[in-house]
Amino acid sequence: MAYLDHAATTPMLPESIAAMTAQFGAVGNASSLHAAGRRARRVVEESRESLGESLGARPSEIVLTGGGTESDNLAVKGLYWSRHDADPARRRVLCSPVEHHAVLDAVHWLAAHEGAEVEYLPVDGLGRVHPEALREAIERAPETVALVTVMWANNEVGTIQPIRELAAVAAEFDVPMHSDAVQALGQVPVSFADSGLTALTVTGHKVGGPYGVGALLLARSAKPVPLLHGGGQERDVRSGTLDVPGAAGFAVAAALAVERRPGYAGAVGALRDELLAVVRSAAPDAVLNGDPGADGRLPANAHFSFPGCEGDALLMLLDAAGVECSTGSACSAGVPQPSHVLLAMGVDPELARASLRFSLGHTSTAADVAALAAALPGAVERARRAGLVRAAR
Amino acid sequence: MTDFPGAPTTPPTGRLRVLAAMSGGVDSAVAAARAVEAGHEVTGVHLALASNPQSFRTGARGCCTLEDSRDARRAADVIGIPFYVWDLAERFREDVIDDFVAEYAAGRTPNPCLRCNEKIKFAALLDKAIALGFDAVCTGHYARIVDHADGTRELHRAVDAAKDQSYVLGVLDAEQLAHSLFPLGDTTKDVIREEAERRGLAVAKKPDSHDICFITDGDTQGFLAERLGTATGDILDTDGTKLGEHDGAYGFTIGQRKGLRLGRPAADGKPRYVLDISPVDNTVTVGPVEGLDVHALTAIRPRWCGTPAAGEGRYTAQLRAHGEEVPVTAVLGEDELHVRLDTPARGIAPGQAVVLYDGTRVVGSATIASTERAVGV
Repeated sequence: MAYLDHAATTPMLPESIAAMTAQFGAVGNASSLHAAGRRARRVVEESRESLGESLGARPSEIVLTGGGTESDNLAVKGLYWSRHDADPARRRVLCSPVEHHAVLDAVHWLAAHEGAEVEYLPVDGLGRVHPEALREAIERAPETVALVTVMWANNEVGTIQPIRELAAVAAEFDVPMHSDAVQALGQVPVSFADSGLTALTVTGHKVGGPYGVGALLLARSAKPVPLLHGGGQERDVRSGTLDVPGAAGFAVAAALAVERRPGYAGAVGALRDELLAVVRSAAPDAVLNGDPGADGRLPANAHFSFPGCEGDALLMLLDAAGVECSTGSACSAGVPQPSHVLLAMGVDPELARASLRFSLGHTSTAADVAALAAALPGAVERARRAGLVRAAR
Repeated sequence: MTDFPGAPTTPPTGRLRVLAAMSGGVDSAVAAARAVEAGHEVTGVHLALASNPQSFRTGARGCCTLEDSRDARRAADVIGIPFYVWDLAERFREDVIDDFVAEYAAGRTPNPCLRCNEKIKFAALLDKAIALGFDAVCTGHYARIVDHADGTRELHRAVDAAKDQSYVLGVLDAEQLAHSLFPLGDTTKDVIREEAERRGLAVAKKPDSHDICFITDGDTQGFLAERLGTATGDILDTDGTKLGEHDGAYGFTIGQRKGLRLGRPAADGKPRYVLDISPVDNTVTVGPVEGLDVHALTAIRPRWCGTPAAGEGRYTAQLRAHGEEVPVTAVLGEDELHVRLDTPARGIAPGQAVVLYDGTRVVGSATIASTERAVGV
């Protein structure tokens, strides 16, 4: 089996599994005052400190959550509510159109239910937001902006955004900015302190940690209105009994991902380039989506459109041949829709439907790429034949 | 259906690559499981046919909801086969829903299930399946395929007469039949439910789907009114005397007795039935039950289920889904067929399909274009 879908989720690191399993047998609610509680609290706080070190943040800036989706929702909705509460004129949410659904749908919800005005920041053909575009959007009426949200790197096409430059523009106008760095962590340097952001989303299972644990890095000045009310365990911003094993496993995975990143990025980038060559040789007319330059793209990402093929047909044929990849972002009904990311980049809807993402990870080998090389030509040929049936009607 | 270079015209044998269409119901789940057990390499696929699927079934109906899609996925997981959702909503809308509305607008009574089998399941789906390297499409229809030593293939009624669905498969031609698999035809429905239970398929107790899948509330008239609007017209008796008014001729079906809203009873006190629908002048003609008696009909667009038939012969005919078989003499032509019923039958409307049988074997199917009545209308 060749697993080429690490951007969906990647195998847990043995060190992370060990750190979690060490906690599963121990009792203790980190909010309890007795010895067992203090022991649990210590594990959580050490994990928090470790995460802070890995992510360039102070421990107090780390709000542990139930994963990337929760972090995104807390940042987008919570900051909108608090900013709007402080000044009702602040209703504009400036958002890239290539965001993950966890951001995009939260923003849509604010527009539908909370009176927010969504403004999509223009992206270029590579899916990139330019700082001038953000400046232009804010400058039109700075006092009406509630927040800005632009992802660090795109989950489908791997395009890296100029986050520092964008955050600098937002900071100039005292507008809070959030970034979803779920895909970026472990592939490119991510430092909260250097970024100039107000809020930053990360999650465990994309970097070899557990599912269901993430964090929102939150500048101490930011006071989002909570999504979850209760015990107020995390800075009164997030309630819920602290997940001790999850925090431990996430911290270890994040530390290793950051520590290994320089060597890993080079190696996985070289393997990815091999994969690009394999795809181009199997399907010379395949179109690479996203930034073709090494600096503007996540090193583990490859994303192609195969003219005349349907992405879901290709995926099925490759799956049958033991190669696992993705058509982009999944949909609840399992019905393939053309990717909003590609559409925003100006890709023709028909071509957008013809797309596949191949994403590598820490367990990827040359054998995985070789398996793709063996399976792809036949899959493309068949998918193209099926595409002709559709066109011939 | 479209031809492909190298596509076999005789049924492939041995271990097949089978695409199992899984609706989320018990029948298609057991059919897929049986195909696996028969040694085939099976992939499950759920057809998304609704553009805006509802999250949950309304009542007992459904085949296009997200819940059905999840049920199908669960069944595929239990059976242990790969599973995908294919979006055929656009084709379904064009070929089935739009056609359904147009047929009603023209005063005919279409059968969308037949149309779906002809245009979607055994055309759009099958064509794509074959192009992708599959040999056959497998469904949970109750019908039997019989292969002969000389390579000919026949479609027969299922052993469970109450569940038999050969009528809605009568539109399949030889090529489509050559790539079809109906693993349930030799079994009764209660046995299938037991088998589903035994196989650990959670859909074992799921109610049967009924009626028209894309009209989820069962209100066909409302569905049509939304698309065709209302148009007041006259309700006439057989002499042409105006008896009342209606909101749109498409809202009636030949043989309909209820809902005519005629204030006065007939002179003879007998109930009146819809005898004729004329979309051209938007009139509906009603009359006594004898006026419904059809002794002959002409049907167009014949499709031969297996070997093409021709000439005059004795057959039995089924004139609607779940209808009874009637003995007939039929003259089969290339473009149309003429069917004379031994004894008159009622409730036969243009647009419906006539399916001819020779014993249990399906001979072919055609769309009823006109009927001859014993009593002039």
